Amino acid sequence: MQNVKTNLKTSDKLDAKIPAGPIQEKWSNHKNTIRLVNPNNKRKHTVIVVGTGLAGASAAASLAELGYNVKAFCIQDSARRAHSIAAQGGINAAKNYPNDGDSVWRLFYDTVKGGDYRAREANVYRLAEVSNAIIDQCVAQGVPFAREYGGLLSNRSFGGAQLSRTFYARGQTGQQLLLGAYSALSKEVHSGKVEMFAREEMLDLVVIDGKAKGIITRNLVNGKINRHAADAVLLCTGGYGNVYYLSTNAKNSNATAAWRCYKRGAMFGNPSFTQIHPTCIPVSGEYQSKLTLMSESLRNDGRVWVPEKPGDKRAPNDIPENERDYFLERRYPSFGNLVPRDVASRNAKYVCDDGKGVGESGLAVYLDFRDAIKRDGENTIREKYGNLFDMYHKITDENPYKVPMRIFPAVHYTMGGLWVDYNLMSNVPGLFVLGEANFSDHGANRLGASALMQGLADGYFVIPYTLGDYIAGERPEPVSTDHEAFKAVEHENIERIDKLLKSNGTKTVLDYHRHLGKLMWDHVGMSRNKEGLEKAIKEIAALKEDFWENVYVPGEQSTYNKYLEYAFRVVDFMELGELMARDALVREESCGGHFREEYQTEEGEALRDDENFAHVTAWEFAGENKVPERHIENLEFENVKLTQRSYK
Amino acid sequence: MSSEKMKLTLRVWKQKDGASKGRFENYVLEDANPHMSFLEMLDHLNEKLMKEKKEPIEFDHDCREGICGSCNLMINGIAHGPQQKTAACQLHMRHFKDGDLITIEPWRATAFPIIKDLVVNRYALDRIMAAGGYVSVGTNSAPDANAIPIKKRDADLAMDFATCIGCGACVAACPNASASLFTGAKIAQFSLLPQGGPERKRRVVNMVDQMEKEGFGDCSNYAECEAVCPVGISIDAIARMRREYMGAMKG
Ligand SMILES: Cc1cc2nc3c(=O)[nH]c(=O)nc-3n(C[C@H](O)[C@H](O)[C@H](O)COP(=O)(O)OP(=O)(O)OC[C@H]3O[C@@H](n4cnc5c(N)ncnc54)[C@H](O)[C@@H]3O)c2cc1C
Ligand code: SF4
Ligand code: FES
Repeated sequence: MQNVKTNLKTSDKLDAKIPAGPIQEKWSNHKNTIRLVNPNNKRKHTVIVVGTGLAGASAAASLAELGYNVKAFCIQDSARRAHSIAAQGGINAAKNYPNDGDSVWRLFYDTVKGGDYRAREANVYRLAEVSNAIIDQCVAQGVPFAREYGGLLSNRSFGGAQLSRTFYARGQTGQQLLLGAYSALSKEVHSGKVEMFAREEMLDLVVIDGKAKGIITRNLVNGKINRHAADAVLLCTGGYGNVYYLSTNAKNSNATAAWRCYKRGAMFGNPSFTQIHPTCIPVSGEYQSKLTLMSESLRNDGRVWVPEKPGDKRAPNDIPENERDYFLERRYPSFGNLVPRDVASRNAKYVCDDGKGVGESGLAVYLDFRDAIKRDGENTIREKYGNLFDMYHKITDENPYKVPMRIFPAVHYTMGGLWVDYNLMSNVPGLFVLGEANFSDHGANRLGASALMQGLADGYFVIPYTLGDYIAGERPEPVSTDHEAFKAVEHENIERIDKLLKSNGTKTVLDYHRHLGKLMWDHVGMSRNKEGLEKAIKEIAALKEDFWENVYVPGEQSTYNKYLEYAFRVVDFMELGELMARDALVREESCGGHFREEYQTEEGEALRDDENFAHVTAWEFAGENKVPERHIENLEFENVKLTQRSYK
Repeated sequence: MSSEKMKLTLRVWKQKDGASKGRFENYVLEDANPHMSFLEMLDHLNEKLMKEKKEPIEFDHDCREGICGSCNLMINGIAHGPQQKTAACQLHMRHFKDGDLITIEPWRATAFPIIKDLVVNRYALDRIMAAGGYVSVGTNSAPDANAIPIKKRDADLAMDFATCIGCGACVAACPNASASLFTGAKIAQFSLLPQGGPERKRRVVNMVDQMEKEGFGDCSNYAECEAVCPVGISIDAIARMRREYMGAMKG
């Protein structure tokens, strides 16, 4: 197989700890050789789990079952409300129930390829390997997946896969999987092994002698700042799509926990790798607060088109067939409307740039079910997508059974995140990162239905082993929250809050977030170039400065205060936004969701540079207002052959 | 489209914290817009208030697409507002008229103490779940997912009950502040699935006991809960819960 070498060397600070041996045996060998914690000793160890989405809830429950004392944290009023709840489409596994030739190998291969060869092979293989056990686990918990008349589980194809490997629970798969994990968590809360802290936000990480030893939190109800010590900290705090202000993420999804860890020494991997999802309901006005995803499963039956003539303002149903441009079918005859997300999004942008966009803003394309309804009947379509059609109808006041949907790309997911090794541990010993918060499995583009798989793989099937290895090797002694390090970090955060509350400017936090979002969307969005990225870095720096001078944060510290929480998060979004631009700037190639205009094929497709960029970029904080240090982890491809992705 | 303006008077519950007394306060919003969601309308009002250095209104929200169950607004006396099967966050201003007076309150129930303004504490619902809303299966101990076939009809019905978003509107709407629809939905889901079998009796008894301990009232069949439920959980859930409970008591 091809062995791509880059010109740069893997940094000494980044040891991926990939086990030796053939890829099929790495995980089982590793499990057989890692150190174990004696069951009686587990109860002597406390583990902090920040976040109760799929990754956090499954980790907390599994570790508590093993006997660890778990402290779990979330910012919502209940663990069940984590952002994972909103996932619609489904979860992948290599069960091959439909007998269409699926296998662990294929799922692995597709995921590495789909990520445009910027993910670590060994991690992805393990993900595919444990995928089947996830489905077993969820069914045993009572997750009501869709079934066939024979009583067995139903599968569908999803997100550009040519196999039916996606399990689903109507359009609410994330909800059902999260409720499953939440139920396992609730069981352990009841047994007393998990202490649950809802509405308690992690503000910072406490590192003692180079190791993660605890966190500082703020109680969101009464503002109290609290210290929590532990033998390890698991960060399961989700993605940072909200840097863009408008995204499909829940409003409270944020980067704070991850960003604070970065500032305490954890490296940030591939921050610029963002997924822009092609099928979202377009922006309808200035007041818009978030974007709503229309599941990608719709592309199985809907056809994407725009009027052929730029500026054609006729109603969609008045535009005759020969004046429509089904641009995905035209450009990609073999995949058609099912091309991967990055390709579909970029093409929608191109046609809108050409003035063919539809709707009031001209920033939308049609997703039309006319032909599917004609072919299968309205009832079949209703059965498949009823809840999505209703959601669309509620938001837009238009009936998609009669008029084509209008859709436009929106920020949806972040492949980048804190750098972790094969054990899901960051470069700060004792700090583990799971789920969307880490950078590990999706390379430069995530395939549909694989984030849910990753969150649950990390939480149920990876961390119970790798955390044990760390604890057994480290034998950590308990630290007291009276330790100087706790006091110092707490103090810094109290000062920050005071500073925010004293600011008595004229602009709201939302003003800044919107401004940042626009800069990010325009320059670090679907299509990027050197000039724009340099501009973004400069303008974000200016925005940050302006923020501290002119922002107004209302209320007080000692009560529930959503705008104070928000201010805290927006500061971190601004700093992270700058790093994203920096990362996009140094990656002088196009790959997956990272499209640099300077690097494209003649046909306008992403042009990778495997010679120089088949690596992870990991950034190390170097101090306030200093340029961070860039590190490299070279990716070795021993099993997968690097090719130009083609969906023609 | 976005130029149509609506003038609204909002009568909003304000309360500093759990210990303080609350009251209604009136706000006039000159430039709401029919395409805004209800929560965007509140965002917009808050922006204006903050520009005048006034205190914004606190309300709970997260997904804004009707799935997380965070939003909890009593709008003109109706939990989640006038549009059926719609959480407050998915309600749009086109369902109101220019010149309307809109009253906005939090959920009201003994088991849901107020935290601030429109934000309440619903931990009681989590404790009902912790009392038995699960199948006790440890990680990595599950048989193959297709080992036990389940009739499609049962799986579909279980899914209907499983879609509860845990918002608590049923409690807020119930004259007795009963959590029966919420609790019944979980019990009904598991009663339809073989996986729920082994713990069937324990589950219903423990969850119902917990519901009572939390200070939720009894069910007197008013059916107000079903009318406001944003995902349309059928009141049949409560009948199933009763049957399960009777069954558990008998055997
Ligand atoms: C609309 C939508 C649809 C999707 N559909 C699919 C799909 O069909 N298939 C698929 O595979 N993927 C899908 N995804 C992606 C997938 O849902 C997410 O990537 C995944 O759920 C993330 O899970 P997580 O556990 O990593 O984090 P999250 O679910 O985001 O959980 C984060 C947790 O961290 C907590 N938290 C955050 N910050 C702090 C802090 N500072 N202190 C304390 N707690 C904190 C939160 O309270 C929460 O509990 C979808 C995403 C969106 C937005
Ligand atoms: S039953 Fe309906 S109203 Fe009650 S908590 Fe569940 S979703 Fe909300
Ligand atoms: S904000 Fe999530 S249901 Fe309303």
